[in-house]
Amino acid sequence: MSRPRIFVPRDAGALAVGADEVERAIAAALCRRGIDAEIVRTGSRGLFWLEPMIEVAVQGARIAYGPVTSADVEALFDAGVLEGKPHALRLGKPEEIPYLKRQTRLTFARCGIVDRLSIADYRAHGGFKGLERALSLGPAATVEEVVRSGLRGRGGAGFPTGIKWRTTAQAQAPQKYIVCNADEGDSGTFSDRMIMEGDPFVLIEGMAIAGMAVGATKGFIYIRSEYPHAVETFGRALAAAGAEGYLGPRVAGSAHEFDIEIRVGAGAYVCGEETALLDSLEGKRGMVRAKPPLPAHHGLFGQPTVVNNVISLASVPIILAEGADAYAAFGLGRSRGTMPIQLAGNVKYGGLFEAGFGVTLGELVDDIGGGTASGRPVRAVQVGGPLGAYFPRALFDTPFDYEAFAARDGLIGHGGIVVFDDTVDMARQARFAMEFCAIESCGKCTPCRIGSTRGVEVIDRIVRGENQAANLALIEELCATMKLGSLCALGGFTPYPVLSALKHFPEDFGAAPDRAAAE
Amino acid sequence: MSRFETWNKDRAREIIAQHAEQDGAALPILHALHEAFGYVHRDAVTMVASALNLSRAEVYGIVTFYHDFRSTPPGTHVLKLCRAEACQSRGGDALAARAREALHVDWGEITADQRVTLEPVFCLGLCACAPAAMLDERVFGRLDAQLLDTLLSATRQL
Repeated sequence: MSRPRIFVPRDAGALAVGADEVERAIAAALCRRGIDAEIVRTGSRGLFWLEPMIEVAVQGARIAYGPVTSADVEALFDAGVLEGKPHALRLGKPEEIPYLKRQTRLTFARCGIVDRLSIADYRAHGGFKGLERALSLGPAATVEEVVRSGLRGRGGAGFPTGIKWRTTAQAQAPQKYIVCNADEGDSGTFSDRMIMEGDPFVLIEGMAIAGMAVGATKGFIYIRSEYPHAVETFGRALAAAGAEGYLGPRVAGSAHEFDIEIRVGAGAYVCGEETALLDSLEGKRGMVRAKPPLPAHHGLFGQPTVVNNVISLASVPIILAEGADAYAAFGLGRSRGTMPIQLAGNVKYGGLFEAGFGVTLGELVDDIGGGTASGRPVRAVQVGGPLGAYFPRALFDTPFDYEAFAARDGLIGHGGIVVFDDTVDMARQARFAMEFCAIESCGKCTPCRIGSTRGVEVIDRIVRGENQAANLALIEELCATMKLGSLCALGGFTPYPVLSALKHFPEDFGAAPDRAAAE
Repeated sequence: MSRFETWNKDRAREIIAQHAEQDGAALPILHALHEAFGYVHRDAVTMVASALNLSRAEVYGIVTFYHDFRSTPPGTHVLKLCRAEACQSRGGDALAARAREALHVDWGEITADQRVTLEPVFCLGLCACAPAAMLDERVFGRLDAQLLDTLLSATRQL
């Protein structure tokens, strides 16, 4: 019999609920029982209500147990966990868990399965096939393949990735850059973090393909400081990829040079905006730049630069490996491929759900997410982070698709869905949206810098019942000014949560004396 | 025992020199100083400015722009509580109020015994196991009053 393998996630979401303690308990149990087994640290499968979820390999299949605490470990060994024997925490084959079974895992095909830092494991699970095909296609055909796949920026803006690449490829300059935007600041989102911690090589492969395709020899990844585990794992993955020749002067033995450097953010949400991110990378305050010039022409240090989100870049290897048509076969309308949707907040089954575009919001929240964790009715969901709209149940038939959400005054953003139960005070949420914008504004444009602070004040006056009609008109006007007059999405999209809360939950903005006193 | 070194100009000079040669060196330098001392000392601003050929005002502007950089030393421990929407939906505001009350501090302040600095954070990416917190380098999910109290008492013992 081969050496048993036990898989324990090292995703920050699993660590936050005790995965390291479980790993130590397993190591101690193995030692005490004199069992020679290998503990493999993986990413997370994304079923966070089951974390820490451990798995064992039995006859070529995986058997999962969860949620496991360190106190459960002895009993699991007594029950015969290494042979996949029954126990109250036994979940069976993870692929058969409905939450996973219903997904289409393309970008997240390996996450939670492979040893996150093993190149051999990555290759054994189809890794580097995309890079190999891209190298055989050559730069121009690789760019066209990404264009044809219909991939749109997964960071939130939804701009076609292939068009960005083509623009940068056509620019002439002594140095071009690939910049990976890993400043995943939206509350309710964690897919970038999961990829960096669970399958970092797919992102390295995607960046290397992008570099080859547009003629960039240098890549930067800007990871937010709130993700220390991602910074550490990705750094180790870079070293491993370099040692195996996937980065450096001859990428995978080709004539293409490409290297990646990690830079860590410093807690500024606005640096997730691509031009502010570039200023921050240059060592300045993260101030938003006016566009044009586009980063594709005039980006990092003034050179042509592709700025792509983590998930956009991590989706490139599978597009190249399986072909643009195979990827584009998934999806709806102009939203092609799959989207890693993140179910978060007050939801029973919180986690990562990758699926083709088109699944409805109601299916996601009620069916897949199982409603609220508190057991109370779902009242509102915020889709797309702090700049996304609050949707009431009445809009749960909206399909998850860039255009469908835009048509209902919302956005899908980076794919985060935060669920709230009926105890939520929507006036408070609207106020928070303005407050957050005031805290995070870079200060360059007036509508965002001043408007957000005035917005907080006006909402306070509405809630206190002061000149309500006039102040409601004023907040709408202020939102219109911010939307049309701001330089970037921070000021421009803050009106989404504010106006949607006002429109769908006007009853929360009444003059309730107890609420006015509470703040 | 603080996790950080006491401010030392020579040590700071060494750190600055280690990172000054790269493109866009300001943030890597400030991060390295922060890691060593827990904050950016007033004198470091002048030193970074002269190393990077920037004005003091520019470096001061960078330090104050980013929420991460402190201008005064933190407590022995830093407790960050997530204040963003996903954590709000699971009672994060009430936990934050509990922490402020227990520590007798507001956001960004340090306790009277110098043991804990309480800081807000806008999202740790642990939104599927909200509410979330970070104590020094460790992350915690599914935070409730009991776990918060455990963390707070740990800061008094360690």
